[in-house]
Amino acid sequence: MKLELRGITKTFGALVANDHIDLTVEPGEIHCLLGENGAGKSTLMNVLSGLYQADGGEILLDDDVQHFAGPGDAARAGIGMVHQHFMLIPVFTVAENVMLGHEESKLGFLDLPAARAKVREISARFGFDVNPDAVIEDLPVGVQQRVEIIKALSREAKVLVFDEPTAVLTPQETDELIAIIKQLKSAGTAIVFISHKLREVREVADKITVMRLGKVVGEAQPTASNAELASLMVGRSVELTVAKSKATTQDHALVVDGLNIRDALGHLVVNDVSFQVRAGEILAIAGVQGNGQTELTEALLGLQERVTGSIELDGKSLRHLPIDRVLGAGVGFIPEDRQEDALIAEFSIAENLMLDRSDGEPFVKRGALQLGFRSEFAEQKVKEFDVRAQGIETFVGRLSGGNQQKVVLARELSRTLRLFVAAQPTRGLDVGSIEFVHERIVATRDTGIPVIVVSTELDEVVALADRIAVMYEGRIVGIVAGDTPRDVLGLMMAGELPAGTELAE
Amino acid sequence: MTDELPSAVPVADTGTDLGPLALGETTSTDAPLEPGRFSGVLREILSGSVVLTILAVFASLVIGGILIAVTDPATQTASGYFFGRPSDTFEAAWAAVSGAYAAIFQGGVYDFTATNFGDGIVPLMNSLNFATPLIAAGLGIAVGFRSGIFNIGGTGIILASAGVAGWIGFHFSLPFGVHMIIAVIGGLIAGGIWGFIVGFLKARTGAHEVIVTIMLNYVALYLIDFLLNSPVLRDPSSNAPVSPPEKQTAIFFDLLGPKYALNFGFILVIAATIYCWWLLSRSSLGFKFRAVGENPRAARVAGIRINRMYVYVMVISGVLIGLAGVYQVLGKVTSGFERGIDANIGFTAITVALLGRSKPGGVFAAGVLFGILQAGSYTMQANQGVNVNFIAVIQAVIVLFLAAPPLVRAIFRLPAPGSKPTSRSKRREPDVPASSAPATIGASTK
Repeated sequence: MKLELRGITKTFGALVANDHIDLTVEPGEIHCLLGENGAGKSTLMNVLSGLYQADGGEILLDDDVQHFAGPGDAARAGIGMVHQHFMLIPVFTVAENVMLGHEESKLGFLDLPAARAKVREISARFGFDVNPDAVIEDLPVGVQQRVEIIKALSREAKVLVFDEPTAVLTPQETDELIAIIKQLKSAGTAIVFISHKLREVREVADKITVMRLGKVVGEAQPTASNAELASLMVGRSVELTVAKSKATTQDHALVVDGLNIRDALGHLVVNDVSFQVRAGEILAIAGVQGNGQTELTEALLGLQERVTGSIELDGKSLRHLPIDRVLGAGVGFIPEDRQEDALIAEFSIAENLMLDRSDGEPFVKRGALQLGFRSEFAEQKVKEFDVRAQGIETFVGRLSGGNQQKVVLARELSRTLRLFVAAQPTRGLDVGSIEFVHERIVATRDTGIPVIVVSTELDEVVALADRIAVMYEGRIVGIVAGDTPRDVLGLMMAGELPAGTELAE
Repeated sequence: MTDELPSAVPVADTGTDLGPLALGETTSTDAPLEPGRFSGVLREILSGSVVLTILAVFASLVIGGILIAVTDPATQTASGYFFGRPSDTFEAAWAAVSGAYAAIFQGGVYDFTATNFGDGIVPLMNSLNFATPLIAAGLGIAVGFRSGIFNIGGTGIILASAGVAGWIGFHFSLPFGVHMIIAVIGGLIAGGIWGFIVGFLKARTGAHEVIVTIMLNYVALYLIDFLLNSPVLRDPSSNAPVSPPEKQTAIFFDLLGPKYALNFGFILVIAATIYCWWLLSRSSLGFKFRAVGENPRAARVAGIRINRMYVYVMVISGVLIGLAGVYQVLGKVTSGFERGIDANIGFTAITVALLGRSKPGGVFAAGVLFGILQAGSYTMQANQGVNVNFIAVIQAVIVLFLAAPPLVRAIFRLPAPGSKPTSRSKRREPDVPASSAPATIGASTK
């Protein structure tokens, strides 16, 4: 069945998640949708599966316009979804999960034998090796995913959508999945494959569509180079320039050596990472989202467990310190997810400005909040950082993203710092705020503080960095000078270090 | 291609749909980071406006009125010939409803049959006597709510503190004043310890406080039951499992003479209310409590040790609820207590805390209202024949309305509150974090 999306538009309030998206998938074709987290891929697929109603545009199956009122309609029309988070009931068996939602019964009893037979039949057809009576929670993640595929196929799906299917798989399981997808393709299924991982996209795709910030920004052939794909994914239309003088660096201030981080499943997400940052320089950590940067910054702050290796600031170890002590040691931090990790939406600007200083003077004396001082401080910072709000008692949740980030900046930069870590400091901000944030970061560097900026935006990295460390699959591919050409950086973001690249010390 | 490396797993993916693996994780020490499913509902309830609260109470009284009318025998008789003379039905219904509510007023606020003002306010003082433990326990629950903890262990804490304070009150012979102070402190410590157990288990093992507090309620209930049947608490001169009466040196003295039920415990509760206000809006500790309650992740990143905060919250909550337990034995039932000494205050206090929007002043007002309803209900039963349990129905309906603000808004045609750009909505659309909004959103330019 041929799938066609024409001008799909979906907005959430002021946020345009999908902006006139066109997409055509032929039967027997694997169409990859490539884009960073937040590019609008999953929203588009939720529209396709009937979970969301599009605000504009239409969905066509074999040139017939479809109207999906809910997920049931889409499934009946032949669209099957394999979600990133499996929609399976852990305590049910495979057969029970497969029949769930369209149970058939005989004389009032569930017709489990029929469901079992169906599971066996589909398993045999594709060589899945799934026992219909196994309980889901006992199965490895890769097999659970196959159950999801069987579930979709048992409903005669002619279009299969895989939403970040490899996010939870091991490399071996990923290879097996790719083999399965290719088999489905040869059986004539139209396949949409969503991912932000370049390697598997290039391996599996017949066609590639790249999305960024809710728009289709380009189409590519699987023969396109990793560098081309990476720059399409992370590039930014607005050119950024930051006026900055040459860094006047001093000694190594932060020394990270042999850092390993495991996630909750025991996967190594940061693998033997070592680097140094000198006082008065900006080290940018570049890379496509999800290559270990988030975990790395969190480990610096003491937010990660399962960390080995050493982190030393000015000769003192930060490892094993609780977060408040790390902050007390003079580490300023702008978290990647400002709404979840940096701010409390139902607290006022003034309250958020003292959030990580609720333990002593000047904000607290003898256990009591110093409201007078706090107001004065907040008024001053709101002016200094140009936070646009009705007043310091405004809830931070009511501010725009740019103003929220200014509150975070004001809070962190008003402490006495010895290290400043900014993760995705301008994500989702308007151009004016981006400039402001960049100026502040450079100004912080110029006061002789070592700065780490983590960014997936190549432009931001190039604009700010004195040196650039590129991460790929948990490793640092290389640390290069800030004026390294973009095509080299693009290749490094895809995991390749071009021969002859000059590494910065 | 480095294939020995697993593909990087985004942090947000861990712990989802992975069955036993994920379960193993949630019991680790950082588990309380996940806000429970109550927190969303709680936030909704607590962020409602005062107007909404008053309307919820009003709507409950209206529904209560309908119930009284429907169950009233005279109204039922009159409705038998409704189409003959409909006015009879309405008159009977009006008589029943107005009579009942007038009786509540008479029994709970001011007795208009009294000959002088002094006698007239006896019911109000009586109501405050009922309200005192409700306010104390309500404050304890409210402090928990503000910190994101759903403490339904009020019953257990009240029993523990009542047991200890009561035991000190009848067992020792100490001078007037000193005896009372020691009994009060003993009871509060018992409440604090009971709360500490909950906080410690939550912080250390990630056990959910709802489960722990429910279970501890049973522990306290059967412990007090056991002790009341043992020589420790049982009055040897009594056949029933009841403690000896409290000594005069230990019980709360009357504030305005023996005519009124008001005693020193009420002063303690006023002090507790002021303390809670200071704690929550003026102290560093309360600031951290609220931060943890509103957004534990941001609180953690800001260096607040949330597990430690959970312990502190539960200790303070336990001490406050403990005051209710102390009041029960030293102020309310001084003639010896039995296993029902908690009088269901632990659960009613949850309603009080919700109705008071978990703000100390609000809890105080809500406690007084519930005290009035309770004191008035006896007069209502005596004068109008409406069962006292009718008050429980009213309280339950209030909770229903509080839990369903959209319903109240619909009934009174209020506008929905301005949509706040909270981080919650993001969970549902993981691919579109509001933080990655296109450049059109932020209006500010330099």
